[in-house]
Amino acid sequence: MSTSSGYISSTPSLEPSGTGSPVLEVDDLHVEFRVRSGVVHAVNGISYHVDQGETLAILGESGSGKSVSAQAIMGILDSPPAVITGGGIHFQGRDILTMTEEEQRQIRGPGIAMIFQDALSALNPVYSVGFQIGEMFRAHRGTSKKEAKQKAIELMDRVRIPAAARRVNDYPHQFSGGMRQRVMIAMALALDPRILIADEPTTALDVTVQAQVMDLLKDLQRDTGMGLILITHDLGVVNEVADRVAVMYAGRIVETGTVDEVFTRPAMPYTVGLMNSIPQVEAKGGRLKPIVGQPPNLARIPSGCPFHPRCPRARTGAAAAAGRDCVTDLPLLRVVTPGREAACHYSEEVLGG
Amino acid sequence: MTDQQQEDLRRDQVEAGTTTGLAAPTLDVTKDRQNSLWSDAWGQLKRNPLFWIGAFLGLFFALMALFPSVFARGADPRKCSLANSKQLPSAAHWMGYDQQGCDYLANVVYGARTSLAIGILSVLGVLILGVLVGALAGYYGGFADSLLARITDIFFALPLILGALILLRVGPSTGLPILSDRGVGAVAIALSVFGWMTAMRLVRSQVIAVKSSDYVAAARAMGASNFRILTRHILPNAVAPVLVFATITVGVLIAAEATLTYLGVGLQRPAISWGLQISSGQSLLRTAPHLVLFPSIILSLTVMAFIMLGDALRDALDPRQRS
Repeated sequence: MSTSSGYISSTPSLEPSGTGSPVLEVDDLHVEFRVRSGVVHAVNGISYHVDQGETLAILGESGSGKSVSAQAIMGILDSPPAVITGGGIHFQGRDILTMTEEEQRQIRGPGIAMIFQDALSALNPVYSVGFQIGEMFRAHRGTSKKEAKQKAIELMDRVRIPAAARRVNDYPHQFSGGMRQRVMIAMALALDPRILIADEPTTALDVTVQAQVMDLLKDLQRDTGMGLILITHDLGVVNEVADRVAVMYAGRIVETGTVDEVFTRPAMPYTVGLMNSIPQVEAKGGRLKPIVGQPPNLARIPSGCPFHPRCPRARTGAAAAAGRDCVTDLPLLRVVTPGREAACHYSEEVLGG
Repeated sequence: MTDQQQEDLRRDQVEAGTTTGLAAPTLDVTKDRQNSLWSDAWGQLKRNPLFWIGAFLGLFFALMALFPSVFARGADPRKCSLANSKQLPSAAHWMGYDQQGCDYLANVVYGARTSLAIGILSVLGVLILGVLVGALAGYYGGFADSLLARITDIFFALPLILGALILLRVGPSTGLPILSDRGVGAVAIALSVFGWMTAMRLVRSQVIAVKSSDYVAAARAMGASNFRILTRHILPNAVAPVLVFATITVGVLIAAEATLTYLGVGLQRPAISWGLQISSGQSLLRTAPHLVLFPSIILSLTVMAFIMLGDALRDALDPRQRS
C-alpha cells in the first residue's frame, strides 16, 4: 500500500469516452456459484452495453442473475463460492477482469459506482453520514478533513437533503429511508462516476419516496452525463426512467430493446407474461394474470429454452420446426426487428400476436 | 421515529404532493430518540448497580495507583523499624506492620500501582496480539485463517500460568532487554504471550460476521482498499465484545500476576506487590494473619471491580439481555 490512507493517492486518468463507443460493455459474462450441493449457474453468458448518458434497465425476477452480474462488475462477488468462468467486462475499452486488483480498485468510485437496495445496511452505523461521504474525497483524492466535510455538505445539498449543513454530523439511523438512499446516492456520485449501477434503489422505499429518488437520479444523470444501470423488478420504474431494457431469465438475457418497443410489443413469451401481469385499471375487478409455475432452479436449469416449462407457446416433438424444439434446442438471442433482440424460437409469432 | 425523520417525511410528502390530513400526527407515541449502540449501552449501564460498584472500586484503586501517598496517610512504605515488627493493626496504623516493621497500609497502597500497571499493560498486549491475529484470520479466511487458527490452538493448549512461569524462569538467561530483568514489563509480556487466544477467537468471529454486511460491500464498491475496509469499517463494528473481554481480563491478569509472584517467578524484591506480600506473609499466618489478609482482600476487590465492570458492559452491549 503506497499511501497511509490505504486508498490510491490520486484520481486515475479516466479518458472521456469517445462518442459512439459504449462506456461499459459486458461481453458473454458467465458466473457460477460452486457450493457443496453442486454448481449454481447464476449468469450464463450475458452481454450488454451502456453509453454515456443512457439508462439501461435490467429487469428480471428474483434469482434471475441481475444482481450477480452487477456484483461481478463491481468486484464484490463473494468468492468463493462465486467464480467468474468466462467473458469480459470492458470499461472504456479495457477489460476489468484482466486488470490487477489495484487497477480494479482505482476504477471503483471514480469510474463505476454503485448504490444498494437497503441504504441503512449499506451505510456504516458507527460513522456520521458526512464522514462517510467525505471519506470518498479523503481516501481517493487526499482531501483534508475539513474540506471533505465541506464537499459532503455540498453533495448532500445536491441530492436535496434539507438542512445539509445541520445534518452532516448525524448518523445513518437518524435519517428516514428516502434520506438514507439520498446519502447513498451522494456517496456514489462524489467522484463523478461515468457509470452508476443502482441495484433496486427504490425497493426498500415507499411509493411517494420512490418517485422522488428516481426523479433525483434522472436529474443527476442529466447533469453529469453518466450512464445508469438500473437493476429492478419494478416494471413501472423501468417504464418511466429507462431508455433501453434487458429482460433476464435464468441467468440469460432473453430480450432487449427500447423500453417503448419491449413494453408495447414484447417478442418473447416471458416478457409477454410480465406485461400481462401488470394490474390494469381497465381490468378492474378481473383476476391478475400471473406467469404460472416457479422460477427455475439455477442448479438444474431446464434443457432447451429455460422458460419452456412455463411457456404457453412451447412446442416440442412433431409440433416444433426442425432445430427449434423448445425442450431440446436452446434459443439464442437474435435480432428480431432492427434494434430488438429476443431469445425465442418463435419470436415472429409472438410479435404477430 | 425521531423528530428529524418526521420532518423529512413531511417534506417528502409535500414535495411529492401527497400530503394527507393523516400524515402529520400532533402526538408522537414513539418520541424517544433512536439511539446508537453506545448511547443505548450507556442508558443501560446507568441503571445497573453492578456497574456503579465496579466503577467506584475501579476508580478508587486507579486513584490509589496514581496518588499512593495520599492513601498511605503519609507513611513511607520503605521507612521501616524492626521495633515495630508484626504489630497488629491500630488506630494510627490501620493495617499494622509487617515483619520488617514497615507500615503495612503504605505497602498495600503502593502495591496497587504495580498490580494495575501489569493488568493494563498485559491486557494491551493481549489486545494487540489478539486483534491483529484475529482480524487477519477472519478477514482473509482460507489458508491464512486455518494457519492462524491452528497456531492459536497450540497456544490454547498451554496453560496461562504454566507458560508464563516457564517464560519468566528462562527469561533472565535469554539476555533479552525487558524479559531478563523480571520487572513489570517481563510479567506483562509473559501474560500477554500466553493470554491472547480468547481475544483472537472473539475478534475473528466478529470480523467474519461483520465482513458480510452490506456496508462492507458498499465500501469495496466505492474503491476502498483491504486495509481501509478492515481498519475503518470492520474493526469499529467488531469491538464491543472485545471490550467486554478486555475489561474482565484486566482483573484476571492482575490475579495471575499475584499468582506468578507468589510462586516466586514474578516480581522480585524490592518491588512492592500484593503477590509478594501474600507470599512473604504466609509463613507468619498464625502469628500475624493480617499480613496475608489485607493484601488478599484488596487484591480480590480489585479483580472483582474489573469483572463487575466487564459483566455490566456485556449486559449493556447485548440487546438480547434487555427487557
